Amino acid sequence: MTVITEAPADAPAPARTPALRWILPAAGLTAALALPWLVYPPVALDIVALALFAIALDLLLGYTGLLSFGHAAFWGSSAYVTGLIATHYGVPFPLAVLGGAVFAMILALPIGYVSVRRSGIYFAMVTLAFAQMVYFIGYQWSDLTGGENGLQGVPRSFFGIEPVETNSFYFYYAALPILLCGMAAAWRIVHSPFGRVLVSIRDNTPRARALGYDVDRYKTIAFVLSAGLTGLAGGVFAISHGFVALTELHWTTSGDVVLMTVLGGIGTLWGGIVGAFLTVMLADQLASSGFHGIDLITGSVFILVVLLFRRGVWGTVRHQWQRRGSARRP
Amino acid sequence: MTAILQYAVQGLAAGSFYALAALGLAVIFGVLGVVNFAHGAFYMLGAVTAAVLLDTLGLTLWWSLLAVPVLMFAFGVVVERLLVQWLLRLDPLYNLLLTFGLTLVLVELVKQRYGVSGLPYRLPAGLQGRVDLAGVVLPRYQLFVLLFSVLICALVWLVMTRSRIGMIVRAATEKPDLARALGINVGRWVTPVFGFGVALAGLAGALAAPFRAITADMGSNFAIILFAVVVIGGLGSIVGAVVAGFLVGLVEAFGQAYAPTFAQILIFVLMALVILVRPAGLFGRQEATA
Repeated sequence: MTVITEAPADAPAPARTPALRWILPAAGLTAALALPWLVYPPVALDIVALALFAIALDLLLGYTGLLSFGHAAFWGSSAYVTGLIATHYGVPFPLAVLGGAVFAMILALPIGYVSVRRSGIYFAMVTLAFAQMVYFIGYQWSDLTGGENGLQGVPRSFFGIEPVETNSFYFYYAALPILLCGMAAAWRIVHSPFGRVLVSIRDNTPRARALGYDVDRYKTIAFVLSAGLTGLAGGVFAISHGFVALTELHWTTSGDVVLMTVLGGIGTLWGGIVGAFLTVMLADQLASSGFHGIDLITGSVFILVVLLFRRGVWGTVRHQWQRRGSARRP
Repeated sequence: MTAILQYAVQGLAAGSFYALAALGLAVIFGVLGVVNFAHGAFYMLGAVTAAVLLDTLGLTLWWSLLAVPVLMFAFGVVVERLLVQWLLRLDPLYNLLLTFGLTLVLVELVKQRYGVSGLPYRLPAGLQGRVDLAGVVLPRYQLFVLLFSVLICALVWLVMTRSRIGMIVRAATEKPDLARALGINVGRWVTPVFGFGVALAGLAGALAAPFRAITADMGSNFAIILFAVVVIGGLGSIVGAVVAGFLVGLVEAFGQAYAPTFAQILIFVLMALVILVRPAGLFGRQEATA
């Protein structure tokens, strides 16, 4: 199976000086902290939650070479479980989110175990089919999930601290650490020995197998980890909206996050943030200008990016940077 | 007994749509190496085209069964020339993403033009009503769908196995390099084969028009079940696609009859079982390692 990334993901960046190593995360953190001042706070939280979703997908797509077209299953199921825990037990929301993420990982175990037996294009189709199965379960089990009406009135409880519970501006800062922890975990996974094995599986599966790595096991673990991070994001999203819609489980959600990842740049991690930012802002602008048929735009962007712009935004920037860096060196 | 027969015919009729469309999907995958996500959208366009032909030109189903595949073939050729061909040399995942985007656009365009409520469709008089076969009463149209699609599948099979074109397409599917080395211009067949696959999806849609609600979304779930069908049958296998199509139709019909809550879920459970027991699918050859 050939690999979907064009530029070697996470190549040793020649121009990345130690200073830059800190500048980039610092700039990202500043942007994350400033975001609710610049855009409407609930939209700001959507951006960060979807950014973590896209990063979690990139963990599989960019670093393991597996395109999951069924991540809505983990995003949505975690949203439902988080919502249910928050509704029925009234625990502080981080606990509910954690419960949702754990559920997503438990769900990912059997799905991943079966799906990693096929690779490449088959993997995409199989994960899509399983996600559709989860969608139907959510649809049918309406006693629990509310069916087409969704799960309404999810409370936002946080140790009785009034501003966080009622004001979405303060809630943003309460929820941000959870999402940032998720992103840090993704960064840690990618840069760990485990992450290097994943990249080697992506680049040359038979060789990784010959070196004694249990390829299917590594892929399954990566799948479960990715689902867990997706679950964190989905849970925060559910609490932020106070509502879980059946759409969160729908296959279009799986497609949307793939678009964010590809738009930002596959195998870059930062690309997920850029992709989520661009997608959410575009959707927000279109919605406020009264335009119906966002799918028309989403679909066209998809087609254009895949045809003309396969490195994505961040991938292109990094590519240029590295070219300049390597040209400058003797 | 009567009930079981009725469910069986109903399932085989529903399976006919899957079989025809999956056949198109399998042929496209075989020759182009493209998993066409937009196959469900093409199926939907087939149904919508049939409805529009009836509404504006008064063409009945008989004419639609002829006209829709021709129109969809032309549409498929345009899509292949404009979009799909540029990504054929790259990882097949790119064309999956491309056709996914195309699906969103097509569905949204139909939604904007024809709304979200279903378009009406009327069967020609000859296909309405029920027939009494030795005490078992069956809807006439379901029997027609079944016979018609078996006929089409048989025709495709004959063309594939008995004609020169079929031989070339099969050679191009199984060993493209060897076929090229033997002096066959494989590239020349790529566009017509894509058009042919799209035409089959459109035909399935036209057949489904009197049977299903004709909406912009009718193809979405269809496409995903179609993926399950080809995974069950074995993606490279033409026979597998047809057999699995009918099989999934049967599972769906009996599921709806005896366990309606689980009808849709059963199909995916079946798919999981097939992957666990025979990862390459029922009729597939073992995929090249990794």
